[in-house]
Amino acid sequence: MSVRQLSFRAALVAFFVAFPLFEHDPTTTSIAVFTLIFMVASSAWNIFSGYSGYLALGHAVFFGIGAYTVALAAQDWHVPPGWDVFALLPLAGLVAGLAAIPIGIIALRTRRHTFVVVTIAIFFIFQLLAFNLPFTQGTTGIQLPTPLWSPSTYNEPFYYVTLAILLATIALSWAVRGSRFGLQLMAIRDDEDRARGMGVRTGPVKLAAFMLSAIPVGMVGGMYAYFLGAIYPQVGFDPLFDIAIALMGFIGGLGTIAGPLLGGLALESLQQYFTQQFSDNGLYLIIYGALFLVVILLLPRGVIPSAAAFYRSWRARREPVVAS
Amino acid sequence: MSLTELLQAIIDGVLTGGVYALMAAGLSLIFGVMDIVNIAQGAMVVLAGYLSYALSVHLGIDLFLGLAITIPAMFALGMLMEWGFMRRLREGDRTSMSILVTYAVAIVIEGVLSIIFGVDYVQLQASYVDSSVHVFGFYLADIYLLGFGMAVALMAALYAMLYRTKFGRGVRASLQNRTAADLIGVNVNRTRMISVGIGVAVTAAGGMVFGATNAFNPNSGYDLISRLLAIVILGGMGSIGGAMAAAVLLLVLSDVVAVAWSPLWAPLVFFAALVLVLSIRPAGLFGRTAVRAQ
Repeated sequence: MSVRQLSFRAALVAFFVAFPLFEHDPTTTSIAVFTLIFMVASSAWNIFSGYSGYLALGHAVFFGIGAYTVALAAQDWHVPPGWDVFALLPLAGLVAGLAAIPIGIIALRTRRHTFVVVTIAIFFIFQLLAFNLPFTQGTTGIQLPTPLWSPSTYNEPFYYVTLAILLATIALSWAVRGSRFGLQLMAIRDDEDRARGMGVRTGPVKLAAFMLSAIPVGMVGGMYAYFLGAIYPQVGFDPLFDIAIALMGFIGGLGTIAGPLLGGLALESLQQYFTQQFSDNGLYLIIYGALFLVVILLLPRGVIPSAAAFYRSWRARREPVVAS
Repeated sequence: MSLTELLQAIIDGVLTGGVYALMAAGLSLIFGVMDIVNIAQGAMVVLAGYLSYALSVHLGIDLFLGLAITIPAMFALGMLMEWGFMRRLREGDRTSMSILVTYAVAIVIEGVLSIIFGVDYVQLQASYVDSSVHVFGFYLADIYLLGFGMAVALMAALYAMLYRTKFGRGVRASLQNRTAADLIGVNVNRTRMISVGIGVAVTAAGGMVFGATNAFNPNSGYDLISRLLAIVILGGMGSIGGAMAAAVLLLVLSDVVAVAWSPLWAPLVFFAALVLVLSIRPAGLFGRTAVRAQ
């Protein structure tokens, strides 16, 4: 990594750390918290789907499991409101990661479109369970403790804890991408049968990536529940969540580190802004769907890889190859 | 649960299964010729339901007569979608990309419907919607009988078209091997466009019966598509007969579960059966692994 790249990244992190210091409007900072939550989710989803090429459309399962883990644990253990609830987030990640093992074992028996549909089916099973199991209290939902922080800085603890989770997730994504494990995943994406022929133990590798990607999603699921103050089945297990994090990954660029972050930043802040500006949900859906179509049809590889390809060809044209 | 209740559940399951079979057959046809999973099929059923609703409420056109308008309309929409989006996807990762594209189409349809019709639940009304006949101690709802009869007639027409016409031979040839079909003179692009049109047109009939037997709103498509996908995968993707068999099987099972256990858990049957079957037989019940390697 060159000095220029390194200082650019440090400046970005510094901007995110300093953001609540110069922006005090609670509406804006709450948009920022939601945006960070989705950046984590999309980035974690990308660790499995982006690197392995298996399109999982059921990560809302882990989001919901994380949300309910924090809600139920805070309720049953009488966790006092405040920073203590954040201590439950690693537990949410752990439970989501453990749940990913049986789900992965079943779903990863299939490939391609069948895998996509199986993850959707498993998602609906969990949504149904959340509606009907006695301990989730159905549509009544579960209330979480409300911290007694001052209203002017109320969002800041949520913001900084989510930012910490985001940085850890980026580090994880970066570490996976550069590792032998990451290369094995990308070999599976390119040609699974050949990868197996070359000695990649595809089953355990895919399962490990699936589990790894579930953990941060579970953690931000718990964060989401705590930030909202209550959790309901239709909020925790939302089919639009599945498609939203996939869209963020696609728009930014699948299998890149920055892609899902950029996609999450652009889409979630846009969505939150729309929700606050227009109460009309229909218009929002049309814009969202149309944007999705345009990106997939015109930039099938996502904004970052397409922009990078454009930049390379532009550079190549500007600097003609010197004949030797 | 008495024996009468059990038999009533089985009869209802078979009758409603016929309509699901029709909608799932359309989905399977589209997958078979194009390798495209049409996630928007559920939203299109809802769209067709709203078309029937608008025709009957505003123009007073009978639900079954209205099909003369809605079937061509949905056929045209299907062809437009094939021309606009599906044929533009790259060959390599077409199936996965198609899931995202058609998902986006479903979201747009949902948005348009909620702007025009709002989000309140509606249900189609006609004289035969609430009436029923009493046979051998069982109550058979008229709309179930009419819907089942229509679904069987349309599926028979679909089969006749696929197995008795030159166009159908072209479709089956493209199902098996598109390059070879192209080489022996099948106009693959035209065949695909019409096949997708037909696969979407069946939602007009399905949406009318669905809308007459269920209250629906623009959001109902998700629930539907998840069931249709479970049916199609269980039947083996691309197998039209398999989709029909799986539809009746799953609808009967879920009606029996609703009576024997609780209606709350009936939808679980679809997904639990799917997960169970796929963990034993990843190609589905009637899937052809040899022809279409996963």
